[in-house]
Amino acid sequence: MDADVAARFAAVLQANRDALLKQWRAATVTKLRGRQTEAELAAQIEDVHGALVQAVSGGTPDLYGPEAAELRAVLTDLSTRRARVGFTPAETTAAVFALKDALFVAIDSDDAQQLRDYLAYATFVDEMGVYTFEAYAKMRESLITEQAEQLLEISTPVVKLWDGVLAVPLVGTLDSARAQVVMERLLQALADTSSPYAIIDITGVPAVDTQVAQHILKTVVAARLMGADCIISGIRPQIAQTVVALGIEFADIVTKASLADALTHTLRASGFELVRSERAG
Amino acid sequence: MERVPVLNLGDVLLVSIQIDLSDDIALRLQDDLAERIVATGARGVIIDITALDIVDSFVGRTLSTIAGISRVLDATTVVVGMRPAVAITLVELGLSLSGVATALNVELGLQRLRQALSDGTAAPAPSRDLVR
Amino acid sequence: MTVTRPGPTDGEGGEGGEVLAIASDHDVVRVRQAVRSAAVGANLSLVDQTKVITAASELARNTLTHGGGGHAWLCEVSNGRRTGVRVEFVDRGPGIADLAEALMDGFTTGTGLGLGLSGARRLVDEFEIDSVPGEGTRVTVVKWSR
Repeated sequence: MDADVAARFAAVLQANRDALLKQWRAATVTKLRGRQTEAELAAQIEDVHGALVQAVSGGTPDLYGPEAAELRAVLTDLSTRRARVGFTPAETTAAVFALKDALFVAIDSDDAQQLRDYLAYATFVDEMGVYTFEAYAKMRESLITEQAEQLLEISTPVVKLWDGVLAVPLVGTLDSARAQVVMERLLQALADTSSPYAIIDITGVPAVDTQVAQHILKTVVAARLMGADCIISGIRPQIAQTVVALGIEFADIVTKASLADALTHTLRASGFELVRSERAG
Repeated sequence: MERVPVLNLGDVLLVSIQIDLSDDIALRLQDDLAERIVATGARGVIIDITALDIVDSFVGRTLSTIAGISRVLDATTVVVGMRPAVAITLVELGLSLSGVATALNVELGLQRLRQALSDGTAAPAPSRDLVR
Repeated sequence: MTVTRPGPTDGEGGEGGEVLAIASDHDVVRVRQAVRSAAVGANLSLVDQTKVITAASELARNTLTHGGGGHAWLCEVSNGRRTGVRVEFVDRGPGIADLAEALMDGFTTGTGLGLGLSGARRLVDEFEIDSVPGEGTRVTVVKWSR
């Protein structure tokens, strides 16, 4: 879009401001479904309008140039808000594309010059739409990552079983990324609590592949370097078979069938004797 | 050149590394410790690396060497306070710190030393090798 | 391949970066400190910071003891989605005759101090090495944020 067309664009946007905004809102409001108030929508559309005028008022408009910084900010804000609230990508970009309909109504479609200009305006609005979609997609991705992290936190707690004994009950299928995070958290907990023993219980893990087994082994070695000992408990027959078949050496790492056995072992190693008390009566 | 201070706690020497060790300072520490063990007749050495956020192969090998030298001089070395990120990195690097006993902090390190001394064992059992 | 002075190469849009001379033990410490700043700036996790700084320490030491001194060129990089740290080590030393052998685990040269290349490689995400006997060595490593 050259400077002349841009100037006419700015003129059209400003001359028909109220009508444009009204049309624009009308085209978008039907899809709100209670996730956004009309007032909020009106304010957003006004913001986009204002920023757009600014973007096309300074010579050859470039959506990625400095004059369009405000426009990009407003579009990003619009899409991230909508992403968070649960609008679909189509609904989000529709809010931008609706401007094209409003613009078409504002021009004289019998005038060839204005029609040619309209094509240029529409192309620019299309760029805005794509930009909005990308911002939306980025926000959705980061939301998903955030949720995944929160899930990880909840599903793999590090618990204190006794003074100096921590346990990590692993549950569910472990992938490499998750195993890594859990292990880092265990090691940090060992340092924070100065616990010389950790029990990694894999009763709830249906299958272990080479990568996960390697992560567990690395964790045991890392814990040793720090001055703590790890015991692995809850190894099911299938996992024992897989481990042997994969040729993974557990060497001198202590393993126990159950978490209970592992606890007894660490208590003994810590110098405790377990004695059942005599009760009168 | 900067020197890492060595403290005397009865029959134990305590070293607390607070600075980013350059290779020459690490070697200097190795020499100083050997001298001090002989001079004081210390039976134990605690090296506190809580403040170290990086332990590379040179520092790692220096720690192993210090442990080896102490053993020859009838003293036990315990390295304490290794940070989790450092431990993870050392495992990835493939450094096993063989011959070095470790403990989570100075208190546990001293306990470990007391145990080793009362057991009559001058040095920890050879450390288990890195499992890959 | 000629080993030239470090300078902007085809990058993924990194900044100008910093060049550090490696001529003494203390320069190795300076490299660690500079890589730490860059790693923090690139939002690397603590473990990833530790890994890349340790790798840089190994490679800087190599540059010093095997390469006879050289330079490290350090910059933050970005590939659009993630940020990272890139460090390039260059020396005009004797070079490495058998790269494949040097990259094997447990490979050491005369002094008994291993080249540490295989270890450093495990710590980073991208690892490139060029070496011409008699001309020098260039090692480039990149660590990305997650």
